[in-house]
Amino acid sequence: MDLVFKALADPTRRVLLDRLFKRNGQTLSELCGGWEMSRQAITKHLAVLEDANLVASVKRGREKLHYLNPVPINEIGERWIGKYERGRLKALADLKRSLENDDG
Amino acid sequence: MGSRFVYVIYIRTTPEKLWDALTNPEFTRQTWGGTHQESDWTEGAAWTLMFADGRAADSGEILEIDRPRKLVLSWRNEFRPELRAEGHARCTYEIETIDGGVKFTVTHESDKDDSELIKAVSNGWPAILSSVKSLLETGDSLAHMRQKRA
Repeated sequence: MDLVFKALADPTRRVLLDRLFKRNGQTLSELCGGWEMSRQAITKHLAVLEDANLVASVKRGREKLHYLNPVPINEIGERWIGKYERGRLKALADLKRSLENDDG
Repeated sequence: MGSRFVYVIYIRTTPEKLWDALTNPEFTRQTWGGTHQESDWTEGAAWTLMFADGRAADSGEILEIDRPRKLVLSWRNEFRPELRAEGHARCTYEIETIDGGVKFTVTHESDKDDSELIKAVSNGWPAILSSVKSLLETGDSLAHMRQKRA
C-alpha cells in the first residue's frame, strides 16, 4: 500500500490516471500529447504507477497500451470504508459533484 | 477501437486455488454477490452466471480453457435488455505464478465503442477481485460481497 500512496502523491501521476480514466488503453505517445513534459519523464511516472499496480499495460504489436487499474484504490476503500457506509458515501459524493460540478 | 478494461490483482495463493475460487459455486457465492456459475468447464461448453434466485445474470461460452492458467469466455448480459442487445463481449482470465503468489489479470472487452456492458461490468470487478483476494489470503470474503446481488 506504501507504493500506492507514494504513486498517488504526485500531481503529474494523478493527471496521467485522470487521462486514462477519460480514455483507457492509451499508448505512451498518446499520453505524452498535450503537455510540456519529456517522454522520458512520463515513462518514469508510468513506471511508478505500474509498480504500484495502478496502471496495467498490455503489449499490442510493438505498442504498449496502458490501462487504469482501480483495484488497489478499491482495496484502500475496503480497508477503511465500512461496508455499510458505502451507499451513504456514494450519495454524498454524488451530491458534492452535482453541487460543485467539479471533477474533484 | 472497441471498449476494454484490464484489471490486475496480486494474491498470496496458488494458481490452482485461485482457479477453484473463480469457478467453484461455494466460493463464488461468497465473493460474487451470491451468484454462482454453471458450466462443464470444457472448450465450447456453455457458461452461465446465475443469480441466487435462479435467473441468469450473464451467459456465454468457454472459448479457451487451460486450467489453471487461462480462461476465455464469451459474455452476454441476460437481465438488462439494453445490455443484452450489445451481444457478446469477451472476458479473459490470466493467472501467472509470481514470487510468493499469483498475478491475476482480468480483461473484459467488447468490439463495440463505448460499450455500456463494459462500463457495467467494470463497476463490479474491482470489488469481486478484492473479495477473492480477501477470501484466499484470510479465509474470509468481504461481507458486502456475500450479500445477494439483485
